Amino acid sequence: MFDTLTDRFDGIFGKLRGKGKLSESDVDEALREIRLALLEADVNFEVVKSLVGRIRERAVGDELSKALNPSQQIVKIVLEELTESLGGEAMQVTFAAKPPTIVLMAGLQGSGKTTNTAKLANLFKSQGRNVLMVGADLARPAAVEQLRTLGKQIDVPVFSEATDPVSVARASLEEAKNTGRDVIICDTAGRLAIDEELMEEVRQISEVLDPQYTFLVIDAMTGQDAVTVAESFHNTLALDGVILTKLDGDARGGAALSVKEVVGRPIAFASTGEKIDEFETFYPDRLASRILGMGDIETLIEKAEAAFEEEEAEEAAQRLIEGTFTLDDFLQQMQQIKKMGSLGSIIGMLPGMPKEVRDVEIEDKQVDRLEAIIRSMTTEERANPSIIDASRRGRIAAGSGMKPQDVSALVTQFNEMQKMMKKFGMAPPKAKGKGRKNKKKKRRGGRTTSKGPAPMADPSVLMNESLDEISSLRLPGLPQPDDE
Amino acid sequence: MDPVLLIVLIVLAVLVVGGTGFALLRGRGTDHMPTLDPKVTDEADSILTKPKAKEPVTVEGADTGVDVDAPVEVEDEPLVEVEPEPEAKPATFRERLGKARTTMSGYLSSVISRGDVNAETWDELEEALIRADVGIKSTTEILETVRTKADDEGVKDGAALIELVKDEMKSRLGGQDLTLAEGGDPSVWLFVGVNGVGKTTTIGKIASREVANGRKITLAAGDTFRAAAAEQLTMWAERAGADIVRGAEGGDPSSVIFDAVESAAANGAEIVLADTAGRLHTKTNLMNELSKVRRVAEKGAGTVTETLLVIDATTGQNGLIQARQFTEAADLTGVVLTKLDGSAKGGIVVAVQNELGIPVKLVGLGEGQHDLIEFNADDFVDALFDTN
Repeated sequence: MFDTLTDRFDGIFGKLRGKGKLSESDVDEALREIRLALLEADVNFEVVKSLVGRIRERAVGDELSKALNPSQQIVKIVLEELTESLGGEAMQVTFAAKPPTIVLMAGLQGSGKTTNTAKLANLFKSQGRNVLMVGADLARPAAVEQLRTLGKQIDVPVFSEATDPVSVARASLEEAKNTGRDVIICDTAGRLAIDEELMEEVRQISEVLDPQYTFLVIDAMTGQDAVTVAESFHNTLALDGVILTKLDGDARGGAALSVKEVVGRPIAFASTGEKIDEFETFYPDRLASRILGMGDIETLIEKAEAAFEEEEAEEAAQRLIEGTFTLDDFLQQMQQIKKMGSLGSIIGMLPGMPKEVRDVEIEDKQVDRLEAIIRSMTTEERANPSIIDASRRGRIAAGSGMKPQDVSALVTQFNEMQKMMKKFGMAPPKAKGKGRKNKKKKRRGGRTTSKGPAPMADPSVLMNESLDEISSLRLPGLPQPDDE
Repeated sequence: MDPVLLIVLIVLAVLVVGGTGFALLRGRGTDHMPTLDPKVTDEADSILTKPKAKEPVTVEGADTGVDVDAPVEVEDEPLVEVEPEPEAKPATFRERLGKARTTMSGYLSSVISRGDVNAETWDELEEALIRADVGIKSTTEILETVRTKADDEGVKDGAALIELVKDEMKSRLGGQDLTLAEGGDPSVWLFVGVNGVGKTTTIGKIASREVANGRKITLAAGDTFRAAAAEQLTMWAERAGADIVRGAEGGDPSSVIFDAVESAAANGAEIVLADTAGRLHTKTNLMNELSKVRRVAEKGAGTVTETLLVIDATTGQNGLIQARQFTEAADLTGVVLTKLDGSAKGGIVVAVQNELGIPVKLVGLGEGQHDLIEFNADDFVDALFDTN
């Protein structure tokens, strides 16, 4: 995997610590790294150039040289620039005063138009709209059937006929009027941007429909070509926004940034999974971190929220802090984590994990082995691993098909962790200064539910801090509120 | 196992402690995304699971409508219409890569016109390769090698330098055995990849080609997730004159493919072309399923002699990660690069071959049955660098 920008900056700036001012060549070196990171994330070449230019301007100004921690500061600048570039005005879909509101979907083959037509329809339906989906993809054999299947699932009617795409579009207007539908979403066939004939066809569809919104559906895995594609579609159709798909993979999605820069239209929605409701408003800041390979803590949290039994996890957290966390708790929480996906992918989302950790290949099988060991213990042993002597160890090893050393290793590490957690939860703060403050936050966060809404910054500090403490990791990555 | 254990504990602790706290804080303050009405029935859910974000398969067929698409009832007619087209000679890289050529040559012509080699020349070469999605690492490697050579040979001229780059790329990409291996009884060729890259269409094209070569082919409709995937493959089977084995929608892909292999063995078919559902390489369970598919395909009479990763030419650097994950799960023997007739240049295959040693075997240059051709490193590189 790629090093995160943060790691690289630490390399560059590490040697400068204590030296005070940054020289121009230091900045250059950092900018080179930024450029590489952006290119690796598939941000278009031209876009990278202009971005790096903007970042340089801010970096050479005194903003950077005054910073206590230049590497943290520069990451912050980069993130801000990226977020700014990705964001701008958030896309607000407003419905036409005089219905129907018409939406046209366009894009390359395989980008996900049909599925996202249904996802969008589902979203509008949940907002109380009467949606009609129009199957104008007559090229792909099963496209209309696919749309109908999806339509049945979300209970939205589908209109199509075996004529030609332009006629289908025209007829759909009539159909919507007759059936009292106030939103039309038109799916079209995938086409290559350089296919003049098909681009002309989609232009005609657009002319007939006169859509209020035209969305380009684009795959998050797209490479440098994204710009060409977006430009062609924009020239032909005058896009209003972009729907970014397949964000549930590990593509870093630099294409989105390119498209935004080139056509100047916002990314309106992101498709984040296979299910019909895995479709959401686009968050520029999340993608910015993702493009930089800095982890995606928001997504991680959402996954955790979905996977963990809240109460159980809360109790476990408390026991963890108090040092009464047992192997049984461990086993139980492990099950929850597994629901979130593979351990490797979870680690990938944690910001600030040191390279050594990220580089370890973790197979889920290895996790299963840990489980096997614990499952071979008696209840008593799980609650109090210190009673495990040689003979018990032998029995557990035999029961789980592992070696006795593996059993000891688990017990030892588990004890270590407990000690660490205990220190974290109860012991006087470390000399770091930040420790106490955050510890308090953590405990508040972990226990009470009655305080007023906490500022959003708090949890991330908390998350960072727990990482920080537990593994003595440094977390220069995220801009932290208490970071002067 | 030690580091793993430690990491597991760390992650667990972070998630349990940090995550819970975070979740609670958030839970109160901001409600996160509008959870759309997820009230989908179980059944619906399972269907939904696959149709996913993409409409993979069909993808390439999405063309003119003439070929694949003809609604089932009309099936005969379009067939006839499709055939005439094949008359056209199989596409060549050079013809098809016209667009790619133009984009790339923009940078290269300044390299040539400048004459002398200077720092800017190297930057432009780098830019040209990166724009083709070759990726930083492979680009750097290629250019480093060329730099050494240029120094040794005293090359001082832009045009000659481009030749050196071309030679270097050709030698890295070439020299591979591109024949699709047989030797099983029957041989199983398994097609894998993320969603929307064109797996089903690729299989259809290969079936046509192999049947035309006088082979007896069985198709296995192993994409049991996507609603119409089996229907689509069936149309290809009819068109190509191949047998097809289908299973229930939502059924176990392993058993469909196993059945296809058994049926092929019984009927004396030589090759089984096995389709699989598109899956993102990050979905552990789906990747495990794929490993199983590959294992089970060899449980009976057959042997898996090819496992081909289908990659879309528009894919960026994520393609390398895909290849890495898929080869881990299913032991890839080659890559099929599709949709190279668009404006994308498909340079990611250079990275895949360079870093993982998995060769590109076939290239899709269009939507017709005959537009799937054997990869040719010389043509590929020449076409990329052609400045005319």
